[in-house]
Amino acid sequence: MSTATTHAAEHPAEHYPGGLMRWLTTTNHKDIGTMYLTFSLIMFFVGGLMILAVRAELFQPGLQLMQPEFFNQLIGVHALVMIFAALMPAATGFANWMLPLMIGAPDMALPRLNNWGFWLLPPAAILLTLPFTLALFGIGDGAIATGWTFYAPLSVQGGMGVDFAILAVHILGISSIMGSINIIVTIFNMRAPGMTMMKLPLFAWGWLITAFLLIATLPVLAGAVTMLLTDRHFGTHFFDAAGGGDPILFQHLFWFFGHPEVYILLLPVWGLMPHVLSTFSRKPAYGYKAQVYSFIAIGLLSVMVWAHHFFTAGMPVPALIYFMFSTMAISLPLAVLFFCWIATMWKGAMTFETPMLFAVGFIVLFGIAGLTGLILADVAADAQYHHSYFVVAHFHYALFAGGIMGVMTGVYYWLPKWTGHMYSEKLGKLHFWLTVISFNLTFLPQFFLGLAGMPRRIPDYALQFAEFNAISTLGAFILGLSQLLFAWNIWCCVRGGQKVDNQVWEGAEGLEWELSSPPPHHSWEIQPVIK
Amino acid sequence: MASCTLETQTARNADVNLVAWLLRSLFPPSALLLPGAASAAYSFNFPEPVTPIARETLHIHNEFMLIITVLFVVVFAIMIYSMIKHRKSSGHAPATFAGPTGALQWFWALVPFAILLFIDFVLMGIPAVKAIINMEDTQTKADMVLKVTGMQWKWQYEYPEAGVKFISTLATPRDQISNAEAKGEHYLLEVDKPVVLPVGKKVRVLLTSTDVIHTWWVPQFGVKRDAIPGFLRETWVLIEKPGIYRGQCAELCGKDHGFMPVVVHAVPEPEYLAWVETQKAEAKAVAGGAERTWSKDELLVEGKAVYEKVCAACHQPDGKGLPPAFPALAGSKVVNGPLLDMNGKVIKDSHVDRVMHGKAGTAMQAFSASLSDVELAAVITYERNSFGNQMGDMIQPAQIKSLR
Repeated sequence: MSTATTHAAEHPAEHYPGGLMRWLTTTNHKDIGTMYLTFSLIMFFVGGLMILAVRAELFQPGLQLMQPEFFNQLIGVHALVMIFAALMPAATGFANWMLPLMIGAPDMALPRLNNWGFWLLPPAAILLTLPFTLALFGIGDGAIATGWTFYAPLSVQGGMGVDFAILAVHILGISSIMGSINIIVTIFNMRAPGMTMMKLPLFAWGWLITAFLLIATLPVLAGAVTMLLTDRHFGTHFFDAAGGGDPILFQHLFWFFGHPEVYILLLPVWGLMPHVLSTFSRKPAYGYKAQVYSFIAIGLLSVMVWAHHFFTAGMPVPALIYFMFSTMAISLPLAVLFFCWIATMWKGAMTFETPMLFAVGFIVLFGIAGLTGLILADVAADAQYHHSYFVVAHFHYALFAGGIMGVMTGVYYWLPKWTGHMYSEKLGKLHFWLTVISFNLTFLPQFFLGLAGMPRRIPDYALQFAEFNAISTLGAFILGLSQLLFAWNIWCCVRGGQKVDNQVWEGAEGLEWELSSPPPHHSWEIQPVIK
Repeated sequence: MASCTLETQTARNADVNLVAWLLRSLFPPSALLLPGAASAAYSFNFPEPVTPIARETLHIHNEFMLIITVLFVVVFAIMIYSMIKHRKSSGHAPATFAGPTGALQWFWALVPFAILLFIDFVLMGIPAVKAIINMEDTQTKADMVLKVTGMQWKWQYEYPEAGVKFISTLATPRDQISNAEAKGEHYLLEVDKPVVLPVGKKVRVLLTSTDVIHTWWVPQFGVKRDAIPGFLRETWVLIEKPGIYRGQCAELCGKDHGFMPVVVHAVPEPEYLAWVETQKAEAKAVAGGAERTWSKDELLVEGKAVYEKVCAACHQPDGKGLPPAFPALAGSKVVNGPLLDMNGKVIKDSHVDRVMHGKAGTAMQAFSASLSDVELAAVITYERNSFGNQMGDMIQPAQIKSLR
């Protein structure tokens, strides 16, 4: 112990190149985590600007700002950016920063792979958005205009934006798979002595299942888009009936990835929730084992339900019934999680700092996503909901209220640990209330639009949809603008502010809170022993 | 049962009116440049169902909405109670339990799941399975067949038994879409030629597509089914009430996805039969047109009409197209190339070949399937002699007929 201390004293922990080279060459999990989170925040605003342009177009009936071709490009790239470049990197950023701190490891197991995994992201993001710029110079006809789902044969027909998107998805997929391998290897091999799998923090469990899902499903997506690429350029007919192919085959392959993807986005957040709830309820997380088994059950079920994304494509009655019931079955493990979250709060001593507000907001709004998901599983009712704004509202409750508000919970919860400073609680609360109110103002009317019969992905609509669309657009702009508060709060917190101690939150427990805030550049060089 | 439905209907209308009034005072129609009548039309639930499936779907939907609302309220009432009672500021000391302890707690932990299991697989599951079986039963006692073909960006309808076939496209003028003109009552939900179906008959609907996937959807029928190129899918409708029912394509199918509405006129059977007769007579007249020789001026007039209905969405009314996806016809090498070879046969990749057989992998479809001899001859002649193209030649409907 004493030798190790002297050793550390002789080599000051922070020796790395300065300036840009530090970030290009870093293999430090904290630096890489910071880069992931920064990239994610930037792309969150890029994707947000795209959809604000869409909402502005939809403010009134008639075409005001853009032509349908451009509208179709914006909706698809918005989704791809938000999913692959905002939400997924945010979760990976959390994992990089927090996993080693939480499991008592000195770093991620594969640091160079980690660096490469991050630096693949910016080129992929450029590939995805470059066609917009190229089109301004008269090259090509813009970005992918098929929606984020790439459905063949529309994507076979599309311009070079589709090729750009295919290659971008390949690169993003490689990055995610490398990140996942790193996380699995780290969790399996680098836990502090005495930390058995059933003592692993729930956040690590959530990410472990995520990582396995990524490795299981991303190759299928990669295969599907590669088949698309060869259909487009090399004369194959995977998705062309005239050559013996089948357009619906693409949907099966796509959603075999696409449905687990929803849980890939949500599992890290579900892992995070018990930590936050337990901290601010000053009470241990309820039902640790039940939550772990639920994560595993959801992971397994998620790869067995994909066809509920295209019930209207037509399939045999037994298949319809199977996919309906298997989808409904997911509600059971999910209900376990809700039960555990609320039971964690029950009889605690709660305070409502910003992370707790976001956690509670997450539970309520994600509850709406879960319940509407349950009725969407019903094949007969789905015939009305499918392809309508009802579905758009449903998955934004899942992915904005569930995904993005979950990430915000984590950011507010860990930001003081990362920076050593307290963010502005006042701004944080203002950000929360503005976000929650404007989010509902944006998406609640979309449920009614869908029920009334408005299809999704249309640039112009019939007059009976006008009022709800106007309200939704108003909400979207408030929602977008209030995120500037979030960025401003983070910026100020990084720059300075009230110093925090190791513990940060009164009720916080776990290894990460034993380190200083901010933690040293190299932490847990000597692993703690868990009893 | 009927009176009960009526009551809910009235209660719902009362709600709707209140919110509608609120909305209208917040967003006065004048501010949105809309006719006042249209803003009263929106609703908070499905539109009035007119088929057995739609009625069943609405019923299931209302039931499920009730179930999930109760779940939502109960669960979050418990949470909010806890948030009020178990606060640090109210001096509540935290408990230390981390799981159920004792038989009673286990019981309360398991009860919600038993309830959910029952809701999923019995309360919701059984009516859902019944609805699926009913919805997919397209063939039992079907009275007639309607074949629907999706095309970018229009629908073709065919009545195989009656031998009637036509294309139905958006009738809303482009000026309304670009806001140069006030929008009509059925903005974007009106077509030049609606489908006509008899009420009280079970219609088996077969769906396919010529290019990409489209989805045929009429909300009041409770039916939505994909039209997939190279495959047949099916569904059925039995309309119970005469009327005009409007819907839209529901699957993103390219640039004019938002502009391919479905309009169905449901009429009593005698009226339907009379309509079929007029359609047959019209078709005969058109077929007869292919036999005679047309003058160039006649072809140009007819060609302009066909062009504006079928071609202008992509190639634009001025023939300049939207390159690179939709090439210009003005000055195009293909259009300004030779018409036919010396034996009067189609030259590969020539103008006639493109129009009749399309171009694989693009939005340019094979129009020989959907346009008549006269329409094909007219539109080809028109394109060769418009937008600054001065080929001066023409092709006769009879020639097209022999080239098929």
